[in-house]
Amino acid sequence: MNYMSKKMQEIGVIGDSDIVLAFRTLGMQVASCDSPQRANMAVHRLVSQGIGIIFITEDIARMIPETIDRYNSNPDVALIPIPGSKGTDGFAMQSLKSNVERAVGANILLNTEET
Amino acid sequence: MSELRVNPTRMELTRTKRRLVTAKRGHKLLKDKRDELIRRFVHIARENARVRKEVEESLQNALRRFALARSVMDGPTLESALMYPARSARVSMGRRNILSVQVPEIHVDEESLSETKQTYGYADTPYELDEAISTMADILPQLIKLAEIEKTCSLLAEEIEKTRRRVNALEHVMIPQFEETIRIISMKLDEAERSSIVRLMKVKEIIAER
Repeated sequence: MNYMSKKMQEIGVIGDSDIVLAFRTLGMQVASCDSPQRANMAVHRLVSQGIGIIFITEDIARMIPETIDRYNSNPDVALIPIPGSKGTDGFAMQSLKSNVERAVGANILLNTEET
Repeated sequence: MSELRVNPTRMELTRTKRRLVTAKRGHKLLKDKRDELIRRFVHIARENARVRKEVEESLQNALRRFALARSVMDGPTLESALMYPARSARVSMGRRNILSVQVPEIHVDEESLSETKQTYGYADTPYELDEAISTMADILPQLIKLAEIEKTCSLLAEEIEKTRRRVNALEHVMIPQFEETIRIISMKLDEAERSSIVRLMKVKEIIAER
């Protein structure tokens, strides 16, 4: 649409060391961390580098809800939860459901789809 | 419902009536906006759930392959093989406008998708690693799509919530308030008119008696 606003940027990944290794092969900017403080710092560092898409493993996303909320309404920064090395724990689906609930007022559609 | 505190004058009456008309029109527009947003949101949310499920599955698969590769080679060799990434994943982020909600539109740079040479020798790495890397590369477009749609979904949800608040505020607070105010002002004006008529009749009577 607006050609000038499009600029190339990298993709960020925050997760444990296994995930980070796998995503580094794709050439993403990675940050491995194990504590909420370091996760917060990693998010801010990636955002300040101008990275707009950051994938975060669910277990880490769970630790930093305030940071995730802060970027929720910012169209330039997308923090996307992905399943970690132990598989999904339903955090991402939960937040999707709460979005639907917030918008539609009831969570009829996703439930019928799953069953 | 409480009325607005205004002077019961003709001027206030016309002003309030005008505000009522504006509020009603705004209410109708916002209601239409809300309905359309919800209609689109439902589509996008369904799509989001589908894409997410796909991504979760394929990511699971790719990570399993990585675990496999890790199990057949020792840590330092793996680390050094992957020390320098063979490709760089780049995307361009644009904006799209859904009913004046700015949502991101993400494109993957072509080069990130193309096959690239490996930066490690084949000699001391097992083929499992090559496989793991190529499965990872395959899910990149899916991941980007997920990012785009999930962000869109949450932005839309927020906008719908805001719009709904506004619709409700207009419908249940502002509009009744204006209506009540109009009713009260016109009642008071009528009353004043009646009392002035009575006064005039009285005055006329007094003059006629003389």
